[in-house]
Amino acid sequence: MKKIERKVPAIKDGSVIDHIPSRETFRIIRILNPQEFINPISVTLNLDSKKMGKKGVIKIDDRFLTKDEVDKISILAPNATVSIIRNYKIEKKIEVKIPKEFIGILICSNPMCVTNKEEIVTKFKVVRDNPLELKCQYCERVYGKDDLEIKRK
Amino acid sequence: MSFKGRDIVSINDFSKADILHILKVSQEMETDQPNLLKGKILSILFFEPSTRTRLSFESAMCRLGGKVVGFSDEKVSSIKKGETIWDTIKMADRYSDVIVIRSPIEGSARLAAEASSVPVINGGDGANQHPTQTLLDLYTIQKAKGKLDGLKVGFLGDLKYGRTVHSLAIALSHWKSDLYLIAPDALQMPVHYLKDLEEKGIKCQQTTDVFSVSKDLDILYVTRIQQERFPEPMEYEKYKHTYRLDNSLLNHIKKDLKIMHPLPRVGEISPELDDTKHAIYFEQAGNGVTVRKALLALVLGKVN
Repeated sequence: MKKIERKVPAIKDGSVIDHIPSRETFRIIRILNPQEFINPISVTLNLDSKKMGKKGVIKIDDRFLTKDEVDKISILAPNATVSIIRNYKIEKKIEVKIPKEFIGILICSNPMCVTNKEEIVTKFKVVRDNPLELKCQYCERVYGKDDLEIKRK
Repeated sequence: MSFKGRDIVSINDFSKADILHILKVSQEMETDQPNLLKGKILSILFFEPSTRTRLSFESAMCRLGGKVVGFSDEKVSSIKKGETIWDTIKMADRYSDVIVIRSPIEGSARLAAEASSVPVINGGDGANQHPTQTLLDLYTIQKAKGKLDGLKVGFLGDLKYGRTVHSLAIALSHWKSDLYLIAPDALQMPVHYLKDLEEKGIKCQQTTDVFSVSKDLDILYVTRIQQERFPEPMEYEKYKHTYRLDNSLLNHIKKDLKIMHPLPRVGEISPELDDTKHAIYFEQAGNGVTVRKALLALVLGKVN
Protein backbone atom coordinates (compact mmCIF):
# COMPACT_ATOMS: atom_id res chain seq x y z
CA MET A 1 0.00 0.00 0.00
CA LYS A 2 1.24 3.44 -0.92
CA LYS A 3 2.12 5.46 2.10
CA ILE A 4 0.34 8.80 2.24
CA GLU A 5 2.67 11.51 3.33
CA ARG A 6 0.90 14.02 5.55
CA LYS A 7 2.47 17.40 4.91
CA VAL A 8 0.37 19.17 7.52
CA PRO A 9 0.23 17.67 11.01
CA ALA A 10 -3.21 16.54 12.18
CA ILE A 11 -4.88 18.28 15.11
CA LYS A 12 -6.98 16.70 17.85
CA ASP A 13 -9.51 19.51 18.34
CA GLY A 14 -9.85 22.80 16.51
CA SER A 15 -10.40 24.32 13.06
CA VAL A 16 -8.76 23.67 9.73
CA ILE A 17 -8.99 26.20 6.92
CA ASP A 18 -8.10 24.64 3.60
CA HIS A 19 -8.01 25.74 -0.04
CA ILE A 20 -6.76 29.24 0.71
CA PRO A 21 -5.07 31.06 -2.17
CA SER A 22 -1.41 30.99 -0.99
CA ARG A 23 -1.00 34.78 -1.23
CA GLU A 24 -3.97 35.38 1.10
CA THR A 25 -2.86 32.98 3.85
CA PHE A 26 -1.11 35.53 6.04
CA ARG A 27 -3.92 38.08 5.65
CA ILE A 28 -6.33 35.44 6.93
CA ILE A 29 -4.14 34.75 9.94
CA ARG A 30 -4.07 38.45 10.65
CA ILE A 31 -7.87 38.79 10.68
CA LEU A 32 -8.14 35.79 13.02
CA ASN A 33 -6.33 37.87 15.60
CA PRO A 34 -3.81 35.23 16.74
CA GLN A 35 -2.20 37.50 19.32
CA GLU A 36 -5.42 37.46 21.33
CA PHE A 37 -5.25 33.68 21.82
CA ILE A 38 -2.70 31.24 23.13
CA ASN A 39 -3.75 28.40 20.81
CA PRO A 40 -1.05 26.93 18.57
CA ILE A 41 -1.51 27.75 14.90
CA SER A 42 0.23 25.88 12.09
CA VAL A 43 0.48 27.38 8.66
CA THR A 44 1.51 25.69 5.47
CA LEU A 45 2.05 27.63 2.27
CA ASN A 46 2.49 26.65 -1.34
CA LEU A 47 1.05 23.16 -1.11
CA ASP A 48 0.32 21.64 -4.50
CA SER A 49 -3.36 21.72 -5.37
CA LYS A 50 -4.99 20.32 -8.50
CA LYS A 51 -7.66 23.01 -8.52
CA MET A 52 -5.68 26.02 -7.36
CA GLY A 53 -2.09 25.35 -8.37
CA LYS A 54 -0.74 26.35 -4.96
CA LYS A 55 -2.74 26.68 -1.78
CA GLY A 56 -2.37 27.48 1.89
CA VAL A 57 -3.72 25.58 4.91
CA ILE A 58 -4.18 26.96 8.46
CA LYS A 59 -4.78 24.73 11.47
CA ILE A 60 -5.76 26.19 14.80
CA ASP A 61 -5.73 24.02 17.90
CA ASP A 62 -8.64 24.17 20.34
CA ARG A 63 -10.39 27.10 18.67
CA PHE A 64 -13.66 26.76 16.77
CA LEU A 65 -14.27 29.48 14.24
CA THR A 66 -17.47 31.53 14.47
CA LYS A 67 -19.78 32.52 11.60
CA ASP A 68 -18.39 36.06 11.68
CA GLU A 69 -14.87 34.70 11.31
CA VAL A 70 -15.92 32.45 8.44
CA ASP A 71 -17.59 35.45 6.74
CA LYS A 72 -14.34 37.39 7.08
CA ILE A 73 -12.46 34.49 5.48
CA SER A 74 -14.91 34.51 2.55
CA ILE A 75 -13.76 37.99 1.55
CA LEU A 76 -10.20 36.78 0.95
CA ALA A 77 -10.78 33.12 0.16
CA PRO A 78 -14.31 32.53 -1.17
CA ASN A 79 -13.49 28.93 -2.15
CA ALA A 80 -11.89 27.92 1.14
CA THR A 81 -13.28 25.16 3.34
CA VAL A 82 -13.41 25.24 7.13
CA SER A 83 -13.53 21.97 9.05
CA ILE A 84 -14.28 21.70 12.73
CA ILE A 85 -12.25 18.86 14.21
CA ARG A 86 -13.07 16.95 17.41
CA ASN A 87 -11.01 14.05 18.57
CA TYR A 88 -9.15 13.87 15.22
CA LYS A 89 -12.41 13.54 13.29
CA ILE A 90 -14.19 16.10 11.13
CA GLU A 91 -17.30 16.97 13.10
CA LYS A 92 -18.58 19.60 10.71
CA LYS A 93 -17.59 21.21 7.43
CA ILE A 94 -18.56 24.84 7.17
CA GLU A 95 -19.11 26.05 3.66
CA VAL A 96 -17.33 29.34 3.15
CA LYS A 97 -19.86 31.41 1.26
CA ILE A 98 -19.85 35.11 0.55
CA PRO A 99 -22.85 36.47 2.47
CA LYS A 100 -25.19 39.05 0.92
CA GLU A 101 -23.95 41.68 3.34
CA PHE A 102 -21.16 42.22 5.84
CA ILE A 103 -22.22 43.88 9.06
CA GLY A 104 -19.61 45.34 11.40
CA ILE A 105 -16.79 43.43 9.69
CA LEU A 106 -15.25 45.94 7.27
CA ILE A 107 -13.90 49.48 7.63
CA CYS A 108 -14.92 51.96 4.92
CA SER A 109 -11.87 53.45 3.18
CA ASN A 110 -13.60 56.76 2.50
CA PRO A 111 -12.38 59.23 5.15
CA MET A 112 -15.51 61.35 4.54
CA CYS A 113 -17.87 58.42 5.21
CA VAL A 114 -20.06 58.90 8.25
CA THR A 115 -18.93 55.49 9.56
CA ASN A 116 -15.48 57.02 10.09
CA LYS A 117 -16.92 60.06 11.86
CA GLU A 118 -19.44 58.55 14.28
CA GLU A 119 -19.63 55.27 16.13
CA ILE A 120 -21.74 53.20 13.76
CA VAL A 121 -21.75 49.55 12.79
CA THR A 122 -20.61 49.42 9.15
CA LYS A 123 -22.77 47.69 6.53
CA PHE A 124 -21.54 46.56 3.14
CA LYS A 125 -23.66 44.90 0.48
CA VAL A 126 -22.14 42.52 -2.05
CA VAL A 127 -22.79 43.97 -5.51
CA ARG A 128 -20.67 41.44 -7.44
CA ASP A 129 -19.33 38.05 -6.44
CA ASN A 130 -16.54 37.62 -8.93
CA PRO A 131 -14.48 39.71 -8.67
CA LEU A 132 -15.87 40.63 -5.28
CA GLU A 133 -17.26 44.17 -5.10
CA LEU A 134 -18.78 45.66 -1.98
CA LYS A 135 -20.87 48.78 -1.53
CA CYS A 136 -20.87 50.81 1.68
CA GLN A 137 -24.51 51.28 2.67
CA TYR A 138 -23.77 54.75 4.01
CA CYS A 139 -21.48 56.58 1.56
CA GLU A 140 -22.48 54.20 -1.31
CA ARG A 141 -18.89 53.83 -2.57
CA VAL A 142 -18.08 50.55 -4.26
CA TYR A 143 -14.85 48.76 -3.40
CA GLY A 144 -12.84 45.72 -4.47
CA LYS A 145 -11.78 43.34 -1.68
CA ASP A 146 -8.25 44.74 -1.58
CA ASP A 147 -9.48 48.31 -1.06
CA LEU A 148 -11.06 47.60 2.32
CA GLU A 149 -9.64 46.84 5.70
CA ILE A 150 -11.13 43.94 7.61
CA LYS A 151 -11.77 44.57 11.30
CA ARG A 152 -9.72 42.30 13.51
CA LYS A 153 -12.20 42.36 16.35
CA MET B 1 -48.68 53.90 -4.20
CA SER B 2 -48.02 55.48 -0.79
CA PHE B 3 -44.89 57.37 0.12
CA LYS B 4 -46.12 58.25 3.60
CA GLY B 5 -43.28 58.04 6.10
CA ARG B 6 -40.73 57.17 3.45
CA ASP B 7 -37.19 58.59 3.53
CA ILE B 8 -35.66 60.18 0.43
CA VAL B 9 -31.99 59.30 0.91
CA SER B 10 -30.64 58.02 -2.41
CA ILE B 11 -31.98 57.88 -5.95
CA ASN B 12 -30.85 54.24 -5.92
CA ASP B 13 -33.67 53.46 -3.47
CA PHE B 14 -36.30 54.37 -6.09
CA SER B 15 -37.71 52.19 -8.85
CA LYS B 16 -38.76 53.53 -12.23
CA ALA B 17 -42.41 53.38 -11.09
CA ASP B 18 -41.56 55.36 -7.91
CA ILE B 19 -39.81 58.06 -9.94
CA LEU B 20 -42.66 58.32 -12.45
CA HIS B 21 -45.12 58.67 -9.60
CA ILE B 22 -43.10 61.51 -8.03
CA LEU B 23 -42.97 63.27 -11.42
CA LYS B 24 -46.74 62.89 -11.81
CA VAL B 25 -47.39 64.38 -8.35
CA SER B 26 -44.90 67.17 -9.16
CA GLN B 27 -47.03 68.10 -12.14
CA GLU B 28 -50.08 68.35 -9.84
CA MET B 29 -48.05 70.68 -7.61
CA GLU B 30 -47.79 73.27 -10.39
CA THR B 31 -51.15 74.56 -9.12
CA ASP B 32 -51.36 76.35 -5.76
CA GLN B 33 -52.38 74.30 -2.73
CA PRO B 34 -51.81 76.79 0.08
CA ASN B 35 -53.29 74.72 2.93
CA LEU B 36 -52.06 71.24 2.08
CA LEU B 37 -49.36 71.15 4.79
CA LYS B 38 -50.99 73.53 7.27
CA GLY B 39 -49.87 72.68 10.81
CA LYS B 40 -46.80 70.74 9.65
CA ILE B 41 -43.23 71.72 10.52
CA LEU B 42 -40.12 71.08 8.46
CA SER B 43 -36.69 71.01 10.16
CA ILE B 44 -33.91 72.22 7.93
CA LEU B 45 -30.58 70.95 9.28
CA PHE B 46 -27.89 72.24 6.95
CA PHE B 47 -24.32 71.61 8.09
CA GLU B 48 -22.84 73.29 5.02
CA PRO B 49 -23.80 76.31 2.92
CA SER B 50 -26.49 76.03 0.27
CA THR B 51 -28.57 78.56 -1.59
CA ARG B 52 -30.95 76.77 -3.93
CA THR B 53 -31.65 73.63 -1.93
CA ARG B 54 -32.40 75.46 1.30
CA LEU B 55 -34.41 78.27 -0.26
CA SER B 56 -36.43 75.95 -2.46
CA PHE B 57 -37.29 73.62 0.45
CA GLU B 58 -38.33 76.63 2.54
CA SER B 59 -40.32 78.04 -0.34
CA ALA B 60 -41.97 74.66 -1.03
CA MET B 61 -43.01 74.28 2.61
CA CYS B 62 -44.33 77.87 2.82
CA ARG B 63 -46.26 77.54 -0.45
CA LEU B 64 -48.04 74.48 0.96
CA GLY B 65 -48.92 76.29 4.21
CA GLY B 66 -46.32 74.61 6.44
CA LYS B 67 -43.71 76.15 8.72
CA VAL B 68 -39.92 75.86 8.77
CA VAL B 69 -37.39 75.73 11.63
CA GLY B 70 -33.68 75.02 11.50
CA PHE B 71 -30.21 76.30 10.69
CA SER B 72 -27.98 76.41 7.68
CA ASP B 73 -24.57 76.79 9.20
CA GLU B 74 -22.73 74.20 11.25
CA LYS B 75 -21.30 76.96 13.46
CA VAL B 76 -24.72 77.70 14.99
CA SER B 77 -25.53 74.06 15.72
CA SER B 78 -24.34 71.87 18.56
CA ILE B 79 -22.35 69.75 16.09
CA LYS B 80 -19.68 72.39 16.63
CA LYS B 81 -19.73 71.44 20.33
CA GLY B 82 -19.22 67.81 19.38
CA GLU B 83 -22.82 66.61 19.25
CA THR B 84 -23.27 63.67 16.90
CA ILE B 85 -25.61 63.66 13.90
CA TRP B 86 -27.48 60.81 15.59
CA ASP B 87 -28.22 62.91 18.69
CA THR B 88 -29.08 66.00 16.64
CA ILE B 89 -31.69 63.99 14.71
CA LYS B 90 -33.09 62.38 17.86
CA MET B 91 -33.83 65.92 19.02
CA ALA B 92 -35.08 67.32 15.69
CA ASP B 93 -37.56 64.51 15.06
CA ARG B 94 -39.39 65.60 18.20
CA TYR B 95 -39.54 69.19 17.00
CA SER B 96 -40.86 68.57 13.49
CA ASP B 97 -42.83 66.35 11.13
CA VAL B 98 -40.17 66.02 8.42
CA ILE B 99 -36.42 66.71 8.28
CA VAL B 100 -34.15 67.84 5.46
CA ILE B 101 -30.45 67.32 6.15
CA ARG B 102 -27.42 68.50 4.21
CA SER B 103 -23.88 67.69 5.28
CA PRO B 104 -20.44 67.27 3.71
CA ILE B 105 -20.22 63.88 5.46
CA GLU B 106 -21.16 61.09 3.08
CA GLY B 107 -23.82 58.75 4.38
CA SER B 108 -25.04 61.26 6.98
CA ALA B 109 -28.56 61.25 5.51
CA ARG B 110 -28.75 57.44 5.71
CA LEU B 111 -27.67 57.62 9.33
CA ALA B 112 -30.19 60.40 10.00
CA ALA B 113 -32.96 58.27 8.45
CA GLU B 114 -32.03 55.40 10.78
CA ALA B 115 -32.12 57.71 13.80
CA SER B 116 -35.33 59.53 12.92
CA SER B 117 -38.92 58.60 13.59
CA VAL B 118 -40.12 61.14 11.00
CA PRO B 119 -39.25 61.10 7.27
CA VAL B 120 -35.76 62.33 6.35
CA ILE B 121 -34.96 63.94 3.00
CA ASN B 122 -31.35 64.11 1.87
CA GLY B 123 -30.45 67.64 0.77
CA GLY B 124 -26.98 66.48 -0.30
CA ASP B 125 -24.41 64.37 1.55
CA GLY B 126 -20.97 65.43 0.32
CA ALA B 127 -19.88 63.78 -2.90
CA ASN B 128 -22.48 61.05 -2.52
CA GLN B 129 -26.16 61.75 -3.21
CA HIS B 130 -28.53 64.63 -3.83
CA PRO B 131 -31.72 62.79 -4.80
CA THR B 132 -34.06 65.78 -4.89
CA GLN B 133 -31.73 67.39 -7.46
CA THR B 134 -31.92 64.25 -9.59
CA LEU B 135 -35.71 64.22 -9.38
CA LEU B 136 -35.97 67.89 -10.35
CA ASP B 137 -33.54 67.27 -13.22
CA LEU B 138 -35.74 64.43 -14.50
CA TYR B 139 -38.83 66.59 -14.08
CA THR B 140 -37.15 69.40 -16.05
CA ILE B 141 -36.17 67.04 -18.88
CA GLN B 142 -39.66 65.57 -19.04
CA LYS B 143 -41.23 69.01 -19.06
CA ALA B 144 -38.89 70.34 -21.74
CA LYS B 145 -38.94 67.29 -24.00
CA GLY B 146 -42.34 65.78 -23.23
CA LYS B 147 -40.67 62.43 -22.57
CA LEU B 148 -37.75 60.69 -20.91
CA ASP B 149 -37.43 57.75 -23.28
CA GLY B 150 -34.58 57.37 -25.72
CA LEU B 151 -33.01 60.82 -25.37
CA LYS B 152 -29.43 61.64 -26.25
CA VAL B 153 -28.01 63.33 -23.17
CA GLY B 154 -24.57 64.94 -22.95
CA PHE B 155 -22.88 65.51 -19.60
CA LEU B 156 -20.13 68.12 -19.63
CA GLY B 157 -17.63 69.19 -16.98
CA ASP B 158 -16.64 67.41 -13.82
CA LEU B 159 -17.94 63.89 -14.29
CA LYS B 160 -15.54 62.45 -11.75
CA TYR B 161 -16.67 64.26 -8.61
CA GLY B 162 -20.06 65.55 -9.81
CA ARG B 163 -22.70 63.73 -7.80
CA THR B 164 -25.56 65.24 -9.82
CA VAL B 165 -24.12 63.67 -12.96
CA HIS B 166 -23.66 60.24 -11.38
CA SER B 167 -27.19 60.11 -9.99
CA LEU B 168 -28.87 61.50 -13.11
CA ALA B 169 -26.96 59.13 -15.41
CA ILE B 170 -28.00 56.13 -13.31
CA ALA B 171 -31.61 57.37 -13.09
CA LEU B 172 -31.78 57.94 -16.86
CA SER B 173 -30.76 54.33 -17.42
CA HIS B 174 -34.40 53.42 -16.65
CA TRP B 175 -35.30 55.13 -19.93
CA LYS B 176 -32.51 53.77 -22.14
CA SER B 177 -30.91 57.10 -22.94
CA ASP B 178 -27.68 57.36 -24.94
CA LEU B 179 -25.10 59.18 -22.85
CA TYR B 180 -22.25 61.37 -24.09
CA LEU B 181 -19.63 61.96 -21.43
CA ILE B 182 -17.66 65.11 -22.23
CA ALA B 183 -14.75 65.85 -19.85
CA PRO B 184 -10.97 66.00 -19.63
CA ASP B 185 -9.65 62.45 -19.19
CA ALA B 186 -8.77 63.14 -15.55
CA LEU B 187 -12.36 64.18 -14.78
CA GLN B 188 -14.16 61.40 -16.65
CA MET B 189 -16.92 59.29 -15.11
CA PRO B 190 -15.57 56.78 -12.54
CA VAL B 191 -15.20 53.24 -13.86
CA HIS B 192 -17.74 51.65 -11.51
CA TYR B 193 -20.48 53.95 -12.81
CA LEU B 194 -19.50 53.10 -16.38
CA LYS B 195 -19.65 49.40 -15.53
CA ASP B 196 -23.07 49.91 -13.93
CA LEU B 197 -24.39 51.74 -17.00
CA GLU B 198 -22.95 49.14 -19.33
CA GLU B 199 -24.68 46.38 -17.38
CA LYS B 200 -27.95 48.27 -17.71
CA GLY B 201 -27.48 48.33 -21.48
CA ILE B 202 -26.74 52.06 -21.73
CA LYS B 203 -24.53 53.28 -24.52
CA CYS B 204 -21.87 55.73 -23.30
CA GLN B 205 -19.56 57.67 -25.57
CA GLN B 206 -16.61 59.44 -23.95
CA THR B 207 -14.94 62.48 -25.47
CA THR B 208 -13.02 65.62 -24.50
CA ASP B 209 -14.48 67.69 -27.34
CA VAL B 210 -18.01 69.01 -26.90
CA PHE B 211 -18.27 70.01 -30.58
CA SER B 212 -17.62 66.46 -31.73
CA VAL B 213 -20.96 65.30 -30.27
CA SER B 214 -23.06 68.44 -29.73
CA LYS B 215 -25.03 68.00 -33.00
CA ASP B 216 -26.47 64.70 -31.73
CA LEU B 217 -27.71 65.93 -28.36
CA ASP B 218 -31.25 66.54 -27.09
CA ILE B 219 -30.01 67.66 -23.66
CA LEU B 220 -26.64 69.10 -22.64
CA TYR B 221 -26.19 68.93 -18.86
CA VAL B 222 -23.32 71.21 -17.86
CA THR B 223 -21.63 71.06 -14.45
CA ARG B 224 -19.22 73.25 -12.57
CA ILE B 225 -15.70 72.04 -11.89
CA GLN B 226 -16.14 71.89 -8.10
CA GLN B 227 -13.16 73.30 -6.26
CA GLU B 228 -14.34 71.89 -2.93
CA ARG B 229 -14.21 68.27 -4.15
CA PHE B 230 -10.59 68.36 -5.37
CA PRO B 231 -8.09 66.83 -2.96
CA GLU B 232 -5.28 68.92 -4.58
CA PRO B 233 -5.73 72.68 -5.27
CA MET B 234 -3.22 72.41 -8.15
CA GLU B 235 -5.44 69.87 -9.88
CA TYR B 236 -8.37 72.27 -9.66
CA GLU B 237 -6.30 75.10 -11.16
CA LYS B 238 -5.44 72.85 -14.11
CA TYR B 239 -9.05 72.16 -15.05
CA LYS B 240 -11.12 75.08 -13.81
CA HIS B 241 -11.42 76.82 -17.20
CA THR B 242 -11.55 73.74 -19.44
CA TYR B 243 -14.97 74.53 -20.90
CA ARG B 244 -16.76 77.78 -21.53
CA LEU B 245 -19.89 77.59 -23.64
CA ASP B 246 -20.97 80.70 -25.53
CA ASN B 247 -22.89 81.63 -28.67
CA SER B 248 -20.36 79.80 -30.85
CA LEU B 249 -22.05 76.59 -29.65
CA LEU B 250 -25.26 77.56 -31.45
CA ASN B 251 -23.88 76.59 -34.88
CA HIS B 252 -23.15 73.09 -33.68
CA ILE B 253 -26.41 71.95 -32.08
CA LYS B 254 -29.91 70.71 -32.90
CA LYS B 255 -32.47 73.50 -32.92
CA ASP B 256 -34.32 72.01 -29.95
CA LEU B 257 -31.29 71.25 -27.76
CA LYS B 258 -31.88 72.22 -24.14
CA ILE B 259 -28.99 73.25 -21.87
CA MET B 260 -29.25 72.42 -18.17
CA HIS B 261 -27.00 73.21 -15.20
CA PRO B 262 -27.58 72.42 -11.50
CA LEU B 263 -26.06 75.86 -10.63
CA PRO B 264 -24.14 77.69 -9.33
CA ARG B 265 -22.15 78.28 -12.50
CA VAL B 266 -18.70 79.85 -12.41
CA GLY B 267 -17.97 80.56 -16.05
CA GLU B 268 -18.91 77.28 -17.78
CA ILE B 269 -21.85 78.95 -19.51
CA SER B 270 -21.55 82.51 -20.76
CA PRO B 271 -24.54 84.72 -19.83
CA GLU B 272 -25.00 85.39 -23.57
CA LEU B 273 -26.67 81.97 -23.79
CA ASP B 274 -29.19 82.83 -21.05
CA ASP B 275 -31.68 84.48 -23.37
CA THR B 276 -31.64 81.77 -26.00
CA LYS B 277 -34.45 79.20 -26.18
CA HIS B 278 -31.85 76.54 -25.37
CA ALA B 279 -31.11 77.70 -21.82
CA ILE B 280 -33.43 76.12 -19.25
CA TYR B 281 -31.21 76.22 -16.16
CA PHE B 282 -33.19 78.87 -14.31
CA GLU B 283 -36.41 77.06 -15.11
CA GLN B 284 -34.67 73.95 -13.77
CA ALA B 285 -33.92 75.77 -10.49
CA GLY B 286 -37.56 76.87 -10.35
CA ASN B 287 -38.72 73.29 -10.81
CA GLY B 288 -36.85 72.55 -7.58
CA VAL B 289 -39.69 74.13 -5.62
CA THR B 290 -42.36 72.15 -7.49
CA VAL B 291 -40.64 68.79 -7.03
CA ARG B 292 -39.83 69.49 -3.37
CA LYS B 293 -43.47 70.43 -2.77
CA ALA B 294 -44.42 67.04 -4.20
CA LEU B 295 -41.87 65.20 -2.03
CA LEU B 296 -42.93 66.95 1.18
CA ALA B 297 -46.61 66.27 0.47
CA LEU B 298 -45.88 62.64 -0.40
CA VAL B 299 -43.74 61.73 2.62
CA LEU B 300 -46.19 63.51 4.93
CA GLY B 301 -49.00 61.42 3.42
CA LYS B 302 -51.01 64.43 2.22
CA VAL B 303 -51.11 63.14 -1.34
CA ASN B 304 -50.89 59.60 -2.63
